[in-house]
Amino acid sequence: MTHSRKVYGLGAEFESAAALMAAAEKIRDTGFSHWDVHTPFPIHGMDKAMGLGKSKLSAVVFVGGLMGLLTGVGLVTIPSLYIYPMIVHGKPYTWATLPAFFPIIFELTVLFSAFTAVATMLALNQLPRFHHPVFNWDRFTKFTDDGFMMVIEAKDAKFSESRTKALLEEIGGKNVTLIHD
Amino acid sequence: MAKSTVTLETPPELVRPPLVNNDRSIHWVTQNVSDIVESRTPKWWFLSICITSPIALMGLVCIIYQISNGVGVWGENHPNGWAWDITNFVFWIGIGHAGTLISAVLFLTRQKWRTSINRAAEAMTLFAVVCAGIFPAIHVGRVWYAWFLAPVPNTNAIWPNFRSPLLWDVFAVSTYFSVSVLFWYVGLIPDLATLRDRAKSKLARMLYGIGALGWRGGNRQWRHYEMAYLLLAGLSTPLVLSVHSIVSFDFATSIMPGWHTTIFPPYFVAGAIFGGFAMVLTIMLPASRIFPQLGDMITREHVDKMAKIILLTGSIVGYAYLMELFVAWYSGNKFEGFTFFTARANVDGKGWYQWSYWIMMFCNVISPQIFWFKSMRRNYIVVFIVSQFVNVGMWFERFTIIVTSLAQDFLPSSWGKYSPSTTEILTFVGTFGIFLTLFLLFMRFLPMIAISEVKGVTPEADPHHHHPKH
Repeated sequence: MTHSRKVYGLGAEFESAAALMAAAEKIRDTGFSHWDVHTPFPIHGMDKAMGLGKSKLSAVVFVGGLMGLLTGVGLVTIPSLYIYPMIVHGKPYTWATLPAFFPIIFELTVLFSAFTAVATMLALNQLPRFHHPVFNWDRFTKFTDDGFMMVIEAKDAKFSESRTKALLEEIGGKNVTLIHD
Repeated sequence: MAKSTVTLETPPELVRPPLVNNDRSIHWVTQNVSDIVESRTPKWWFLSICITSPIALMGLVCIIYQISNGVGVWGENHPNGWAWDITNFVFWIGIGHAGTLISAVLFLTRQKWRTSINRAAEAMTLFAVVCAGIFPAIHVGRVWYAWFLAPVPNTNAIWPNFRSPLLWDVFAVSTYFSVSVLFWYVGLIPDLATLRDRAKSKLARMLYGIGALGWRGGNRQWRHYEMAYLLLAGLSTPLVLSVHSIVSFDFATSIMPGWHTTIFPPYFVAGAIFGGFAMVLTIMLPASRIFPQLGDMITREHVDKMAKIILLTGSIVGYAYLMELFVAWYSGNKFEGFTFFTARANVDGKGWYQWSYWIMMFCNVISPQIFWFKSMRRNYIVVFIVSQFVNVGMWFERFTIIVTSLAQDFLPSSWGKYSPSTTEILTFVGTFGIFLTLFLLFMRFLPMIAISEVKGVTPEADPHHHHPKH
């Protein structure tokens, strides 16, 4: 790692999920905005400790599901009612027979919602992204094993190499390391 | 009057049995699940795949033979237009449903014990749906016309009939497969990142890295991830119920006696979960023996709970069987009565397939009743044997439903017996080869236990737990 490169931020390691959560609450109250905690599994209550609200994902998925619903209604009714009405089993084609179309409408609603959920999740998380500065941290492999880590980015207005480092150590951070871009 | 004093003793606190035995640390979970993928390929694995892949190949050869010669190479005839093909289709798709139930329904109901079995069960779902999809695709005979099922007008500008249960099936099964793949993959992302970060070889790091999409485990990512996972679970739950309901509509919307009943959707869904759990146990019990380190994650507690679900759904299925008999008698409909009492149960000696009916009754209704006993639910050998009975019984259930109704329907002059051809039998055997080969590959290259989810249920994961064992 060459030290002439730009500083991305400071990383610190915590002892447990509880210690990380307590630290997150302090960082939140100090007023940092560009920071994150990295854990091998989602920690219940961390969103609140970080001051993050509910994910916007569900609203997008609702729109996706609605598109699926409309696609389904259009797909089954336009050909059957308007383009080429064909009597099968002597059953008429009118809007009153819509219940017989429900299975396809339902399936398309679910299909569109599921694809929207995954695509939106990736977009909000800015994935796929095969490289990221935090990968330069030699302890980053602990993120996906048993580490409870915190990274504060240098672009945060309140960031200062020495003072932020002291703050992280004060709230219980171990192995506080400078991460380069 | 003397004042009596009643001392109320505080009842002892009920302690939940741990989900991971022996108080393992989260690093232990990473280490032991990844180890299955990272260690040298065991000999039994090579031996197993040397058995299953030729069987899979044989199945593919049978499929090619059937496609090039037509459905005449099967035993189907008039009146038995459907037989093993649709039996196998319903059998496999039903098996898949347990995987979705474990991953979605048990997630929504906060059943945390699901975490150690959901990955393998979801993989089982996908592979079972692959096997299921083969049969409706090839049973149409001229598979090159299968695109008639796509929602586009054909060369005569005719659109498919969107009110046909067979078209509903196409939409239901393809949606089910797509959503199951998404759900499974989203669950895999954090675990692929774990494998990426542990990989020794450059190639493994690159391949797992591509699969992990650059996952960093940041809470800003987990927050959207968890919401997506929750929504996928919420979407999969009605989806899985709809898929087997629609499969049952293939029968229920017809006028055949024994098929034309409103009990079919719930009865089929319960049967699917029942058969699927049996298949989960068929796979997981040997796996937890072959990899002893999994024993602390797939515990007797898990086997006990799955056995309870088998008992519950088996009893629902048993209730449905009895209710069908009751309605056949109570309705006074003589065709319905003939199908149930003569063609199936054969009370008067004129039925042809009573063996199939009674195998189904024994395997599905009687055999799971042993699970009323806790010692039986916790005995791996008993559970494994009962699971095999259920696997067999659920296949015979579909065979009974399809063939008895068709072989002896309204007019005795149109009756006809059915027996399968060799090609038909080998195609079915071949799907087991395909299923097991895919599962062996999955076990070898992907984490078969959801690492990040199991970590989330260890005591260390609790944000109020202050004394980690490092």
